[in-house]
Amino acid sequence: MVRLCGHCCAQRAVLRRPKTAEQLCRECFYAALEEEVHQTIVGARLFRPGERVAVAASGGKDSTVLAHMLTTLNARYNYGLDLFLLSIDEGISGYRDDSLETVKRNEETYKIPLHVFSYKDLYGWTMDEIVREIGTRSNCTFCGVFRRQALDRGAALVKADKIATGHNADDVAETVLLNIIRGDVPRLGRCANIVTGEDSPLPRVKPFKYTYEKEIVMYAYFKKLDYFSTECIYAPYAARGFAREFVKDLEAARPRAIVDLIRSAEQFRVPGLDGVGNAAAAAALPQPGNCERCGYISSQAGSACLWEIIPS
Amino acid sequence: MELLFGNQKTVEADIPVSNGGQLTVAEAMAWARDNLLTERPELFMKGSSVRPGVLVLVNDTDWELCGELEAEVAEGDRVTFISTLHGG
Repeated sequence: MVRLCGHCCAQRAVLRRPKTAEQLCRECFYAALEEEVHQTIVGARLFRPGERVAVAASGGKDSTVLAHMLTTLNARYNYGLDLFLLSIDEGISGYRDDSLETVKRNEETYKIPLHVFSYKDLYGWTMDEIVREIGTRSNCTFCGVFRRQALDRGAALVKADKIATGHNADDVAETVLLNIIRGDVPRLGRCANIVTGEDSPLPRVKPFKYTYEKEIVMYAYFKKLDYFSTECIYAPYAARGFAREFVKDLEAARPRAIVDLIRSAEQFRVPGLDGVGNAAAAAALPQPGNCERCGYISSQAGSACLWEIIPS
Repeated sequence: MELLFGNQKTVEADIPVSNGGQLTVAEAMAWARDNLLTERPELFMKGSSVRPGVLVLVNDTDWELCGELEAEVAEGDRVTFISTLHGG
């Protein structure tokens, strides 16, 4: 049973797009996805000509497709961006050392420079050493906070104007759900933003915010992109896994659910944020501040970042 | 995904066809689970289908275009499972 592409009507369809239910052949799928990401970039004005953009690269599917897509679109539409790859070596043996090899091959493939910064250099600890010290609880929480900071520090050291991350639509939908479950109101108000840290010296942008994971994986598979697909050895302990499975179940029942979750979150107005509500509402929200020990930004004024928890 | 299947990326399988009929992806999948899978079946299947988040292709075509579980497979066909449930 051969179905023809619903767009060119000439080639055999190879996939059904989850968001639109269109059935497309390979070439029409590539064109549609690339155009969609281009429209996202242009529509949200993610970049300006001449900007130096760090592509946060883990060697995984999302960042590999992001590096491929951004170099392609930058050349096709003359964005005028100075792109490079930025990787963080958390020091997780059997995981990050292998994935970094993939990133090094990406450097060759996409002909953009790679910069690697390690937890060991930045903090004096590898993730393996931290886990040995604290056990297997909350690893992803620590690692996430450290990586976020490490990317900022690394990007600043190599004078980037912006960081582009490979967060996809499924990731954003998961985060929305997690913030609802946790009742994290301030984060709920900003977690679906396509640009974060707009006022900071290093904004972060998500060109794949509306791109389904299925399509990223299919794109990588059909284009035979070289990516690393092993789960981090500490990830089975993460709470995010439950939200992830739930999002996949929702998608199986109704593919549009993912983008609908994101669109709903964009409509959230948090009293005290977004110019909604009064001063009392604003005062009731936790305000971001700086860590008392290391001076780095933390989500609550006067609180410490995770350094406190690590024995020094 | 290959970790669940004893680190093998591709497997040539001779799947016995019961009741003389046509083999479906559902049967091929259950056979792979019972005969090839070496660990953690819950990461591969949920109920009688794949775990949501695992993509299935039949001869490099999205199984959603071929009838999903009911898609028929014959000698020489290739069924591909891709997990999306790892970090990016």
